[in-house]
Amino acid sequence: MVTTSEARVEARFEELSNKRPFWEVAHEFVRKQPLGSAGLAIVALMIFAAVFAPILTPYDPELNSFEHMLTPPNLEFLLGTDQFGRDLLSRIIYGARTALFVGFTAAFIGSTLGLVLGVASAFFGGKFDLIFQRIMDILMSFPLIILALAVVAIFGTGIQNVIIAITIPFIPRCARVVRSSALAIREIPYIDAARANGFSNARIIMRHMVPNVMAPYLIMITAFVGQAILLEASLSYLGLGVQEPIPAWGLMLQGGAEEYAESAPWVAIWPGVAISLAVFGFNLFGDAVRDTLDPKLRSQ
Amino acid sequence: MKFPRLKFAVPVAAGLALTFGMVDSADAQKKGGVLNFVVGSKIPSYDGHVETTFGMVHPIAPFYSLLIRVNPDNPSSPTDFVCDICEGPVPKGTDGGTKYTFKIRKGVKFHDGTPLTAQDVAATFNKIIFPPKGVASARKAFFKMVESVTAPDDQTVIFKLKFPSGSFIPALATPFNFIYAKKDLDEKGYNWHKQNINGSGPFTFVQHQPGSFVEGKKFANYHHKGQPHLDGFKAISAPKMALRLQAIRGDRAAIEFRGFPPKARDDLKKALGDKITVQESDWNCVLMFTPNQKKKPFDDARVRKALTLAVDRWGGSKYLSRIAIVKTVGGVAFPGHPLAATKEELVELDGYGPDIEKNRAEARRLLKEAGQENLKFTLNNRGVDQPYKVVGTWLIDQWKKVGLDVEQQVNPSPVFYDILRKKKDFDVSIDFNCQSVINPIADVTKFLGSAGNNYGEYDDPELEKIYDKLLKAETEPEQRKLMREYEKRALSDQAHMGITLWWYKINPHRSYVKGWKIAPSHYLNQQLDNIWLDK
Repeated sequence: MVTTSEARVEARFEELSNKRPFWEVAHEFVRKQPLGSAGLAIVALMIFAAVFAPILTPYDPELNSFEHMLTPPNLEFLLGTDQFGRDLLSRIIYGARTALFVGFTAAFIGSTLGLVLGVASAFFGGKFDLIFQRIMDILMSFPLIILALAVVAIFGTGIQNVIIAITIPFIPRCARVVRSSALAIREIPYIDAARANGFSNARIIMRHMVPNVMAPYLIMITAFVGQAILLEASLSYLGLGVQEPIPAWGLMLQGGAEEYAESAPWVAIWPGVAISLAVFGFNLFGDAVRDTLDPKLRSQ
Repeated sequence: MKFPRLKFAVPVAAGLALTFGMVDSADAQKKGGVLNFVVGSKIPSYDGHVETTFGMVHPIAPFYSLLIRVNPDNPSSPTDFVCDICEGPVPKGTDGGTKYTFKIRKGVKFHDGTPLTAQDVAATFNKIIFPPKGVASARKAFFKMVESVTAPDDQTVIFKLKFPSGSFIPALATPFNFIYAKKDLDEKGYNWHKQNINGSGPFTFVQHQPGSFVEGKKFANYHHKGQPHLDGFKAISAPKMALRLQAIRGDRAAIEFRGFPPKARDDLKKALGDKITVQESDWNCVLMFTPNQKKKPFDDARVRKALTLAVDRWGGSKYLSRIAIVKTVGGVAFPGHPLAATKEELVELDGYGPDIEKNRAEARRLLKEAGQENLKFTLNNRGVDQPYKVVGTWLIDQWKKVGLDVEQQVNPSPVFYDILRKKKDFDVSIDFNCQSVINPIADVTKFLGSAGNNYGEYDDPELEKIYDKLLKAETEPEQRKLMREYEKRALSDQAHMGITLWWYKINPHRSYVKGWKIAPSHYLNQQLDNIWLDK
């Protein structure tokens, strides 16, 4: 005689034992999302390069070596050197650290703040929602780069300020998307039940609403990382981002593109390729994440 | 009293000047045409007495005359001055060098038709030297030796000096000393020239489209007969260097008077060959770094010495000159000038020794002794590529080699100046000393703690004492000896500031631009009256 609870345990066990191995899941992901997989590979490569930069780089990325200035790519300097004789490969690899640090930090903070504010706006509704959304409207009326430029103009240059400058424009964009999902969740009975149980607003928001809007949140993060990398590169290119001698792709492009584009094109080409690849990789991966987590969006 | 004699000229510049001089005299000077040139900076105001930027001088100087000026046919000489609106040769001092009498040309007119007289010259220099309270005068300090400026009649101006000074005539030839009409100053006020132009120069003002261009046309009554050769000029605003370069390449502009880096010169020459002529010269501009002595540990001379000892100037000269508009190793005075240090004298100073490893070992020792082996600080820099950002990046690398950890904070010019002049909260800042007429005795005031353009936040009575003696020294050997004392105190013993490299001026221009000769300053020789177009 098997009891009901034993039957449940058996069913659960069967379910777990039927769970496919990781490689199988990965294989299916690659099969179903070939472009997303390519994006993931680029992102993984970038993370690997950033983490193991000290091991992977043949030279100190900040070391001036004038006797090797503007050396074309060769066996000694695989991607050539810049006007200060610095090895471009080493700077590209270390540049991945700057790009990922700024990209992930800005995307994570911007999306997370947007998540909390968006959910809160949906949960409270009424005048709070009305006023808050108008503020979001104002912030969203500025193109990303313009708002980031304004923030840098106020706070000044430097890596922390660049992160702030990129984070701020992300907040309303994430808040708006998350709010639309949270509005639907607010109407679900378990939220009423939580209210009836006397849970605090903070508890309802953080424990019952936020976990249910994780899908759009994760999608936004992956989309934002690519945008943040591009923004950081743009600000650095304009001389408003990170400063020399820190290796950063946009900064490398700025230092090399104007003066050496003709006579030493490799100085401008490699950082340009790195920026393009990184943004391309994150966008492909972001699309795949979106399709996987939210099939409705794919059908749309 | 003697001026430093004209016994040198930068070989390259002089050679080029001679070459161009011969070519020009051989060719018939053609009349007509409009010169288009590009300017990389904005015009803060039209008032030469207030402004200090080439952004104003390049488009506005052609509208004005000067009392005396550097010889436009020999502008590389630091002592070859000629009369502009005065007559004959530049007068010598009388009464023991304390009185200078200038005779003003007859028939000189302002563009509004008013005759220019000695009264206008006296009013102009009284405004520059003795401005009323609240009226700015950027170069007032150049004329510390002047007691009075008077015009006893319409053709005579007399400058009386408190003491004889070798820096008086060069100061007078400063290209910012535009001659204004007395009636404009009296009737319209001292601020009128900030937004209005009424000069007596070779060109009359046509229009200024802010952010776009300034246009001038030939002044028919110009006092140098037969000049200007051009019908007019257009000064096109182009803040980005790439844009200025492409303007010359595409022949939208014929010249840029400030200077391009070597790579740009090479690219233009490669692309356009004989259609491009290049003139080069040492430049009366030096890039420095200034530690803030109000901040620890930069109040410690050992730390400041370590900063200067770490810098490989001789190596920098060799390599940095390929990518930046800097080249020459020098001390406080313009390299090559009789008052400047020779190489043998330079190597005696801290940071100029030829053995860089020995210098750096000493720097490390001094830092250790001061307990600052792991010193970390921020370098305040100006957001201008050439040469500021390039040299700033190089400096950081130099300091890293003695174990210093330096972060660069690059700021737009207004913020950069705000930090230097108002906030004064920087650790170490890039600094510069750019002057027009080569006048080392006046130019080196930059190193005095009391100077208005000194940002080091220090007071050094000993250095002030040496400078006072220098200012009053009458013979060149005496001046030279005192200059060495001054230099040693400022750069070596106290290391108040660290000189990096002197700038190097490279002007690639369309070969059809004739008559213009490079000067050791981007402020000089900008009246354009001797330029003609061989088209």
